[in-house]
Amino acid sequence: MNLAEGVQIVSFGILAVMMLGAALGVVLLNQIVYSAFLLGGVFMSISGLYILLNADFVAAAQILIYVGAVNVLILFAIMLVNKKEEFKPVRNRWIRQGATALVCVGLLALLSTMVLATPWAVDTTTVNASSTIIQIGKHFFSDFLLPFELASVLLLMAMVGAIILARRDFIPERKATTTEVETALTLPERPRELSGS
Amino acid sequence: MNSGIDLQGSFIQSLQQLGIPPEIAKIFWLPLPMVLMVIGAVVGVLVSVWLERKISAAAQQRIGPEFAGPLGVLQPVADGLKLVFKEDIVPAQADNWLFTLGPVLVVIPVILSFLIVPFGQNLLITDLNVGIFLWISLSSIAPIGLLMSGYASNNKYSLLGGLRAAAQSISYEIPLALAVLAVAMMSNSLSTIDIVQQQSGYGILGWNVWRQPVGFLIFWIAALAECERLPFDLPEAEEELVAGYQTEYAGMRFALFYVGSYINLVLSALIVAILYLGGWEFPIPLDSLAGWLGISETTPWLQVVTASLGIIMTVLKAYFLVFIAVLLRWTLPRVRIDQLLNLGWKFLLPVALVNLLLTAGLKLAFPIAFGG
Repeated sequence: MNLAEGVQIVSFGILAVMMLGAALGVVLLNQIVYSAFLLGGVFMSISGLYILLNADFVAAAQILIYVGAVNVLILFAIMLVNKKEEFKPVRNRWIRQGATALVCVGLLALLSTMVLATPWAVDTTTVNASSTIIQIGKHFFSDFLLPFELASVLLLMAMVGAIILARRDFIPERKATTTEVETALTLPERPRELSGS
Repeated sequence: MNSGIDLQGSFIQSLQQLGIPPEIAKIFWLPLPMVLMVIGAVVGVLVSVWLERKISAAAQQRIGPEFAGPLGVLQPVADGLKLVFKEDIVPAQADNWLFTLGPVLVVIPVILSFLIVPFGQNLLITDLNVGIFLWISLSSIAPIGLLMSGYASNNKYSLLGGLRAAAQSISYEIPLALAVLAVAMMSNSLSTIDIVQQQSGYGILGWNVWRQPVGFLIFWIAALAECERLPFDLPEAEEELVAGYQTEYAGMRFALFYVGSYINLVLSALIVAILYLGGWEFPIPLDSLAGWLGISETTPWLQVVTASLGIIMTVLKAYFLVFIAVLLRWTLPRVRIDQLLNLGWKFLLPVALVNLLLTAGLKLAFPIAFGG
């Protein structure tokens, strides 16, 4: 075992422990803010694992998107609505917990059968590691074109939805004099002038 | 193109001649550039703090620091020592863990980003082929640290400052990344070395600032916003928020924020110098000059001279930009939060997109001038 392999094994161990610990913390901690911060830790450890797999671009993109955007937005949402609220104990809580446990065990069983059933043949051919970006680009525009374009359409839909939700002006009491036709899609909002004024 | 000086190769070779196996020699080499870079970054902070104080003083017709050392150059050191010896206060009911972790999370990514800053052909820590993208993604970690310290301080001003910082950072990352993308498209690579090499050969005329004037302005504005420098220093606007997310910090933890913000400023200036001002390139093409004078590219003393000139040029360009940032601080008033977000989303973003499109078009139309 030479130097590089030793470093790889040690860092894999550290990253795996970090990731599992942080993920358990996300699920088990009571304070939602801690969970959100630990989620960032999980994402960073995953990006470390990508680096170990020589996927440098994916690792950087993971940090940029998941830590820099998704996690920050989660934190934002938590901090803007972090009000103290006493939750009433729900009746028949054990039904929920039982259903959750059932779903989780089922998922675990599915994943473990997948892990056991897949022949994990290790591909020993090393791709030229100096051009990961070029490889990814080629795949995006050849055999992964449809998923790539579908993902962009999905993001566009999410953006349009977010804009529609964010631009609503709620009025506390609606005036009865409005002669608007109420359809299923009408949002409870102030009628606004059509031309930008 | 000569490959310049290969310090790592010669270091390992000379250790091997002493009878040390190459792997051990490599272990000896590895920490050297990193330690050197951290020292360089800290010295850069001291210099920029001194510059900021002196230039601010000059802008307000004061003298500025002058008693500590000649012209007050030791003043930043005195500041740092004072902060080290100050009492470390954690406010009551603050979250101790998050309160400590916040400043650390702000500083570490900034220092890590120095990995990709080149001072010469071989004078950088690693030549990653995601290069500049690594800097963009690392700089997106900082808002988490800011949110963390804002939340943990148990203070409304801190929380507001943290939220503002995160909002600002997210908004200005997009024009920043689009401006970088236009440059990366012209140099066909994200590696900082390739980006500088693509600007070399024609001296000052080959620098990206002539081919990407709009991108240069967008990048500089966005970089100032990312560093929370004055026209955009809303997160710590002292008249409104006391000091934003730094309000409750004292001693060493405050020093981390302080050092972090100045390292970030120097780093952004260095990146602007690399992306748009030709990096380590001299305004006159040195290679052709040596060719005209009949000196071979591989002459040892010429290589040493070009390498030192490269380091000096990179640092000079960066500090010129720091100087401009300090002047801007005393020239422009602070924008409001809505103006800030409007500028980012409704002006810089469309302009950056148009710039990207134009660059792509020009690259197809004039592949010689815009990197085919």
